Amino acid sequence: MRIGTALRDLERSERGLARGLEHLAARHPAEHEVFHVGRDVASWSRVHAVDVAAAARRYEDAPEGDGPGEGLGRELGAALGGALDDPLGDATAAEAVVGDPADVPTDALQLLRDLRQVAMHAYGVSTEWEMVAQAAQAVRDPDLLALCQRCHPGTLRQLRWANATIKVLSAQALTS
Amino acid sequence: MASIDRVAEPWGTRTPYGPGETWPARTDTYLADGIEPDDVDRWVPSATVLHSNGDALDIAVKDGRMVGVRGRAGDRVNHGRLGPKDLYGWQANASPDRLTRPLVRRDGRLVETSWDDAMGRVVARTRELLDEQGPGALGFYTSGQLFLEEYYTLALVAHAGLRTNHVDGNTRLCTATAAEALKESFGCDGQPGSYSDVDHADAIALFGHNVAETQTVLWTRMLDRLAGPRPPALLCVDPRQTPVARAATVHLAPRPGTNVALLDGLLHEVLTHDWVDHDYVAAHTVGFAELEKQVAAYPPDVVARICDVPERDLRAAAELVGTAERLLSTVLQGFYQSHQATAAAVQVNNLHLVRGMLGRPGAGVLQMNGQPTAENTRECGADGDLAGFRNWANDAHVADLARVWNVEPDEIPHHSPPTHLMQMLRYAEQGSLRLLWVQATNPAVSLPELARVRSVLSQDRLFLVVQDIFLSETAELADVVLPAAAWGEKSGTFTNADRTVHLSERAVDPPGEARPDLDIFLDLARRLNLRDKDGGPLVPWTDPEGAFEAWKECSRGRPCDYSGLTYAVLREGGVQWPCTADAPHGTERLYADGAFWAAPDTCESYGRDLVTGAPVEPTEYRALNPDGRAVIKAAEYLPPHEEPSEAFPLHLTTGRTLYHFHTRTKTGRVPQLRDAAPDVWVELSPPDAEAYGLAEGDVAAVTTPRGGIEARVRVGGIRRGVAFVPFHYGSWDTGPRADGTTGRAANELTPTDWDPASKQPLFKAGVAAVRKVRDGTGPAPAPTTTASAPAGAGVPPTAGGADALSDEGVAVGWAAGRWGTP
Repeated sequence: MRIGTALRDLERSERGLARGLEHLAARHPAEHEVFHVGRDVASWSRVHAVDVAAAARRYEDAPEGDGPGEGLGRELGAALGGALDDPLGDATAAEAVVGDPADVPTDALQLLRDLRQVAMHAYGVSTEWEMVAQAAQAVRDPDLLALCQRCHPGTLRQLRWANATIKVLSAQALTS
Repeated sequence: MASIDRVAEPWGTRTPYGPGETWPARTDTYLADGIEPDDVDRWVPSATVLHSNGDALDIAVKDGRMVGVRGRAGDRVNHGRLGPKDLYGWQANASPDRLTRPLVRRDGRLVETSWDDAMGRVVARTRELLDEQGPGALGFYTSGQLFLEEYYTLALVAHAGLRTNHVDGNTRLCTATAAEALKESFGCDGQPGSYSDVDHADAIALFGHNVAETQTVLWTRMLDRLAGPRPPALLCVDPRQTPVARAATVHLAPRPGTNVALLDGLLHEVLTHDWVDHDYVAAHTVGFAELEKQVAAYPPDVVARICDVPERDLRAAAELVGTAERLLSTVLQGFYQSHQATAAAVQVNNLHLVRGMLGRPGAGVLQMNGQPTAENTRECGADGDLAGFRNWANDAHVADLARVWNVEPDEIPHHSPPTHLMQMLRYAEQGSLRLLWVQATNPAVSLPELARVRSVLSQDRLFLVVQDIFLSETAELADVVLPAAAWGEKSGTFTNADRTVHLSERAVDPPGEARPDLDIFLDLARRLNLRDKDGGPLVPWTDPEGAFEAWKECSRGRPCDYSGLTYAVLREGGVQWPCTADAPHGTERLYADGAFWAAPDTCESYGRDLVTGAPVEPTEYRALNPDGRAVIKAAEYLPPHEEPSEAFPLHLTTGRTLYHFHTRTKTGRVPQLRDAAPDVWVELSPPDAEAYGLAEGDVAAVTTPRGGIEARVRVGGIRRGVAFVPFHYGSWDTGPRADGTTGRAANELTPTDWDPASKQPLFKAGVAAVRKVRDGTGPAPAPTTTASAPAGAGVPPTAGGADALSDEGVAVGWAAGRWGTP
């Protein structure tokens, strides 16, 4: 049984996504919509992470539990071709690049790069929700399935938002 | 004939009437001193332009000058009535400081020049930027004050001629959420209800809509119902003791930023008591199950806590709207400029959908707007939409528009939604938008966070063109200033908040070399030699009526169908669109049969995520709503982005007063209106005033993280913990202060934040601190007749005196159209 491991990975991924969104906001305070919406939807991931952690505790006795950072998360990172430097670890890709957010000059292209990072991260989280939801059905755990059904749409909204914002901003950023 | 001071009595004399009866006519007239009706040479038909109500009037002309106005008794909108701004506001046209010649900046100063030189510079810079960067360098920020013909011409020139996606109106500040909420719920923009619903309603709910000040004549209609037999019950949602609140059966004054929670709470009660029209919901809507799930989390006790309103009042409000048989709801800036704007406005639509209260007399929704021609920017695609309510994300719609304009579809930018104003401002801030052409609006006073706005607009690298009738604070920053003709000096049509189209004809000549806005756009198109795909002129018309005829073709078959209208028809009075061969007298209410413009192939918008603003993908919409029903879109409450803190302990809300329009460019030049509200004030509740050691009239510093102003204190009827500052007051008449700020504009204080779905800036979402600067020398310069009425005694009542005396002709046994009764 590796559900506990997958849930711990997912918890870290959600926390990482929350941090990624908060850093996105902090790096681009003059992009007011990115700033406000980024923080609004970051809070969803914070809530998700708490709920996932509670679910993980129920699976913690599982006999073949993997250590932190191993298993599904690593494989996912590799599968995405390194687009996520550390998708499921404590340090997000955004943090790795940023350092102190205030030091980074923001321009339109950098904003697109940062949004892309968040979109990739959210996509990773989304696939993890898919994995957990599949397992929840297999072990007939209605509570875990309900958790997936409650949270996964939020991840998809985060992903769509990042993608939609990229679509709005790209033409101006790349033609000026 | 009665004589009445309409500054002191803004709504005039009551003419009570009962449900289902015709609103009696009352012909309001104001003529310049010494002019009698018989002296007038001509009465020229028009409608009011200092609010969105669209009250029909005739402009009195004598010896080539405007000498007054008179309401049109036979018109469906106002039955002869006019508001104070309409009665006195026309005088601004003749102000001695009108712009009469083009100006260009030379050695840092604006100097007079010829039209040829001014337009030559604009065209040269446009060409340069197109060569150097492309259409993304060009942006147009238009108004809610021009005419339909002008917006339509601008939309064509900008979208298809210059191929820029950056076209928006200042309607972004006043009506964007109305449009977005209608698109979310009904698939398409278009006001469902009609002002005549006031005649039939047994309950009227006003959500963040201080109609008494924003649309005085609509409030007059409501007052006359309230004074008549079997009056409607009234629900008011507003943090201030507005005239509406004082007349209300139930008044809820929620904590700012909690409108979604409040509406979810009302819907919770409506569903719990099963005040639901299940047949209507089943036949005409999708999304009800999601709403049930969402509002389950908002029982009255929870909502009472979030909103800080008495649970008892919340239940009473729910019963009022839940048990009404003919419910009329109206919505305005209290929702549109507050946190979660679209989500909250959409919940009002949901209330009507679950109650089946649409499309019949008395049962309707009025998602209002602020400006007289706001509706036309929406229809014509001059405000972040495509012309004729076409869907930018639907290739067939774009191809259809390309057919109408005789251009290739890919000449009309539609790779993303048309750029909204605040995004344009950001592009200008970053230096990628390098020419901004502002028409008939004053962003240097009316946009949030003015320090930032000034820094963006005054950049050397931004070529700023301002087209206006006065040298506004924005024009002061311009590279080129183009003098425009005002209302009454040019012809065109415009459409009010209940879809009534009026013709406004040229009554007098513009001053000096000032030109109609239409002529300026036509001149631009000629100078740029804009062509269609066959080499013909892109803009083939040369006058307003030609533009109107072209617009009729663009609108044909669309929801805003004008094809049955002509200038000749409109000379007789206002007509509501859609007006077609099948409905030659117009259409009073939309969606009478539960049929919506929401089918995937016809809708104007697939909607947006109400929290993130991300557009819904076409495939997703098609799956959700294949049959084109109304969409019940649930929304969760989110905490506001700024909450009071130790440093900034008060909520800050900004707004308007009855006597002024926008940044007072006109109303501040009219003695009766100027003197009724001569300067800025800050409104505080009695306990807050006491806590800060402030008394009526004291001078206070109001500060926020963005800036500060000084204002005199009005201790009045406002929710505890909230400060209100009117937004009208800039520095054109006082001069900027040494620190470069206006010193008194509310927008020195406001945060930059907007609703992600409608992109409307949230002027009512800030926090502030207030402290005493010095004792006052008299009461605050705030009107006593309105929401700013003082809490205590001793403040002299607002009055206009002899100069404000106007006439009311109240007909007994009213017959349409004639003026001059008793």
